[in-house]
Amino acid sequence: MDITTKHTEAPPPAAQAPAGTEQKRAARGATRPGDRIFLGLSRGSGIFLLVIMAAIAVFLTYRASLAISKDEANFLTAFEWNTGVIPPRFGIAVLAFGTIVSSIVAMVIAVPIAVAIALFLTHYAPRKLRGPIAYVIDLLAAVPSIVYGLWGALILVPHMDGLFGWLNDYLGWTGVFSWEGGAPRSMLTVGILLAIMILPVITNVSREVFRQAPQMIEEAALALGATRWEVIRMAVLPFGRSGVISASMLGLGRALGETMAVATVLSPTFDIQTSLLDPGGGTFAQNIASKFGEATEFGRDALIASGLVLFVITLLVNGAARAIIARRKEYSGANA
Amino acid sequence: MAKRIDVSGLTAYYGSHKAIEDISMTVEPRSVTAFIGPSGCGKSTFLRTLNRMHEVTSGGRVEGKVLLDDEDLYGHGIDPVSVRREVGMVFQRPNPFPTMSIFDNVAAGLRLNGSYKKSELSDIVEKSLKGANLWNEVKDRLNKPGSGLSGGQQQRLCIARAIAVEPNVLLMDEPCSALDPISTLAIEDLIGELKERFTIVIVTHNMQQAARVSDRTAFFNLAAVGQPGKLIEIDDTERIFSNPSVQATEDYISGRFG
Repeated sequence: MDITTKHTEAPPPAAQAPAGTEQKRAARGATRPGDRIFLGLSRGSGIFLLVIMAAIAVFLTYRASLAISKDEANFLTAFEWNTGVIPPRFGIAVLAFGTIVSSIVAMVIAVPIAVAIALFLTHYAPRKLRGPIAYVIDLLAAVPSIVYGLWGALILVPHMDGLFGWLNDYLGWTGVFSWEGGAPRSMLTVGILLAIMILPVITNVSREVFRQAPQMIEEAALALGATRWEVIRMAVLPFGRSGVISASMLGLGRALGETMAVATVLSPTFDIQTSLLDPGGGTFAQNIASKFGEATEFGRDALIASGLVLFVITLLVNGAARAIIARRKEYSGANA
Repeated sequence: MAKRIDVSGLTAYYGSHKAIEDISMTVEPRSVTAFIGPSGCGKSTFLRTLNRMHEVTSGGRVEGKVLLDDEDLYGHGIDPVSVRREVGMVFQRPNPFPTMSIFDNVAAGLRLNGSYKKSELSDIVEKSLKGANLWNEVKDRLNKPGSGLSGGQQQRLCIARAIAVEPNVLLMDEPCSALDPISTLAIEDLIGELKERFTIVIVTHNMQQAARVSDRTAFFNLAAVGQPGKLIEIDDTERIFSNPSVQATEDYISGRFG
């Protein structure tokens, strides 16, 4: 260690010549045709991605700025979406609320179930069952979202009355679960549907992470007299923590952006329901999908502005997740 | 409380593969017994049958008896989890819990066994780390992760973790094979101290190590690859290394193996 650092800081004269040619060779990079082609392809793909991202950002920002500059209401706080009238008045408060609430409901339901399924598949299920169950979960991920939407509207919504009544009876006093008896096309129904949709991705990534929990750490726990659940708590869950967070963020990304399933199930209104059970509200993606078809040029710009906000929210969520993962990096088990 | 181990007619399987056959031996309390033998001879498997870690591997099962004083580890209604709380184990590669601090690593076994007051826990952790000759090196960084220590320190941390729960027996599966000579020496000295309190069984590939640390040595061998491993002989270490009663043992320890 010492020797190498000395060399790089102050190379003795004798060592300078060979080091020089070494550097030259490294600087010239790939010399064989195959290497050059691959370097070009991979570097090109990287640059291409950045260019696309920049182009999307510029496009969204430009079109959004056209709309927001003419908005007579407060874009962030207004509870209305009237882009066809003069002067136009629209704001994203309802959409932001609906998007975040439905995603939180989905996460609260999906993450524990997904983690439980992943643990069952990696640590409890008999070997013969693991394959088929994993396959079924993969199938769940392959169902198109419009099919979920139709299932939600035709099957889920008509069967929610019992649950809603029960929640209203026992938890109605909280206000969050009170129900006035409207059609159950509400944020809770949307959240449940989203939970089912994001379950596979969270399960699959978590399963992969749990499977990689090192055997020797699990044996350490076993040898201390840990039961199976204690092994999971001591050696598997802490190791898989950052992976589960990443998995959840993947799921959250899908929940935030889900369009067709929400648009099919929700009965959209432009106000905020304090209860999860009362119908109404809206999400960014659902609002864009429902309004884009008949929107004027200006109306589309306004919708793009709302899309930009969704983009920013997704970025913030991802940043937060990275921060959580990085905070306890030295304990992450990556250096085990 | 160190206890005597009494094994009779023990045969262990992985699925249909018979790994070791018909092993009987007695290990006295407060002594060090070393297992030596060529790779694949079943000495690690045998070690793992002594705390029922063997059956963690799928298809692992056992016939025969292992008595700890008078209690059969494989008797009816005996929970393997409670067996492992009585028989501690240290592994070949140091395996502290990477997500836990040094303190939590040592306290891990205690927290499994019941609830302790914070002060009690600190006392036991300190005592265990002192018992593993690690206290002076880590007392200022008990809240740092255990994975930040050197290999030898990590292994002593694992020993501290194992002795914190005051097991009756301490099993060591090649505890020094991943360590440098100085760390090895530290562990060997430690084994000498620990045998005052525990019954120790150690698997080693290093015959000098067996000669240095153990009171008795057991030599395992297998007839051919795929055949089950067998106990060839067990005797006082001094006798095994000077005048063994079986020719195969002498061949192995003098390097004329095979």
